[in-house]
This record gives sequence, structure tokens and C-alpha cells, in this order.
Amino acid sequence: MTVSVVQFGGSNCDRDAVRALAHLGIDAERVWHEDGLPADTDGIVLPGGFSYGDYLRAGAMAARAPIMAEVREAAADGVPVIGVCNGAQIGSESGLTPGAFTTNASARFQCEPVHLRVERADTPWTAAYDAGDVIEVPIAHGEGRFEIGEAAHADLVADDRVLFRYCDADGEVTDAANPNGSTDNVAGVLGERDSVAVLMPHPERATLPDLGRSTDGAGILEAFA
Amino acid sequence: MTAYTATVTVRLKRGVLDPEAETTQQALERLGFELSDLRSADRFEVDLDAADADEAADRADEMAERLLANPTIHDYEVAVAER
Repeated sequence: MTVSVVQFGGSNCDRDAVRALAHLGIDAERVWHEDGLPADTDGIVLPGGFSYGDYLRAGAMAARAPIMAEVREAAADGVPVIGVCNGAQIGSESGLTPGAFTTNASARFQCEPVHLRVERADTPWTAAYDAGDVIEVPIAHGEGRFEIGEAAHADLVADDRVLFRYCDADGEVTDAANPNGSTDNVAGVLGERDSVAVLMPHPERATLPDLGRSTDGAGILEAFA
Repeated sequence: MTAYTATVTVRLKRGVLDPEAETTQQALERLGFELSDLRSADRFEVDLDAADADEAADRADEMAERLLANPTIHDYEVAVAER
């Protein structure tokens, strides 16, 4: 398994992702978006950062880069794809997953640890957890408020496409535990296939033991193992 | 071919929270202005040549659909004028 971590101008979590994956024994390399996906790509990470300076909307420019057509094709073929933070914004902008991530209700950039409730444990991203588990993973974003129209939200819930919700330390999904005003406390969603996911929190920042408080995010990246 | 300017106005759908507009409103109020509400929008002015105004509008519409607006959160309108 070789994981391609797609690097756009302004990506800044690409090295973190490679290092976290290497720590888990997963072969990963950074791929400059203009070079296209390597033929041996068995997994794809859209990393965090500020691609194209968040011009127009966060993720809007990168989502229209030619490599994203290859990413969508790979995703449709079953290659696991995860978008983290700016990668989540790119993923939703490119149609890999439903909804949109927009300005935090606080209108502030927020960098803090949050708790997530694992809503589905039967996906590659959550095989390490049980449904209802609470994990601690940090967020660092100004535009992470999940928005989706009412009808599309009903479909999202009915189709069981919510992967993570913001919750308190006890797993209660409350307004107080919602850091950015996301609809229904949604922190991460699945695409048409369970092998495609995006989330605003950073699992790669909660994988290396030396980084501090949590290694709860490692289970998400282990999907590539 | 005629030279047109297509003006694409992109705004949040009604009911979608706009924290930037709220913050801007608060700043205006802090300056002493009285206002009941404030909404913001993005305006793109696209210069293009087209056979007629309808074709110019169609092309600007496609630009909005494919990039300038995000249909999940935005409404948009297109106005075309000869340049």
C-alpha cells in the first residue's frame, strides 16, 4: 500500500500526514498535484493547510485542479480517500462528499482539542473503534462549520453517512461541545462509498506519542494499513 | 461578437448563518451607526465576448455553477450589459 498525500500550493499538513503514516508503518509519499497520481497509489490523503490561500472559498481552487479528477476516479474505484481539514474542504468542494464547510459561527480561527463521537464503526476509518467511542483529536480551522440543506441533511442521516460528531468528554452531542456551529454537530462525513471520508479534525496531529495529549487519531489512519 | 460584462452576484442562501456579516454589523454599530441587518455578497465582473446577451449570460451562469458559487450554501444571479 502506497499512500499518496496530495500537496497543493499552500498545503501545510502534508509532511505531518506522511510522518504519522510512517509511524504506523504505512508507506506514504507526498505527491505534487501537477505531477498527477502515481500509478501505484493505493490510498489518498488530501492534507490540511491553506491551499491557494483559501481564495474564493477554502478548498475551492484545489478542488478544480486536474489531479482531483484522478482522485475522484480512484475514489469511485474503491481506493480509500480521506480529506483532513483543508482536505475536507477540498473533498466537499469537489463533490467527493456531501455538504460544505464554511466560516465558523464564532467568526474566529479555532485551534483546540475536541471530542468526537464515532458514529459508524463499520468503515475502514473507524475499524479501530466501537460505535459510540469518544476520541480526542485537535481542530485548527476558521471555516469548519458544516452546512448542508435540510433535505440533504435528512438524506445524510437516513443514509448513515455521518462518521463523527462533535461531543463532550462523555459522548453527549451538545451545542456546548460544537466548536464551530456545524449542522447536527457533524465533524466528518462519508462519501458515496465508505472508503471515502472527510473530517475537519486532524487525526495526524493525534497519532505521534511525542506530540502530547492524544494518539486517538491513529485508528483513523490505520485504514491505510 | 459583442463585448459584454457579466456581473455574477453570489450570496449566502437565506437562513445560512453569515458570521462575517454579523461581525461587520457589530463593527458598524460600534462606530455609532444604527442598522437593523446587514448582508454581504460577492460580486464578480466578467468581461467576455459573445454572439448575444443570452450566450454571455449562459456562460456566466455556467461559471457560477461550476466555481463561483457553491450550490450547497449559495444563491447567485447573473446580469449582462454591453461593455
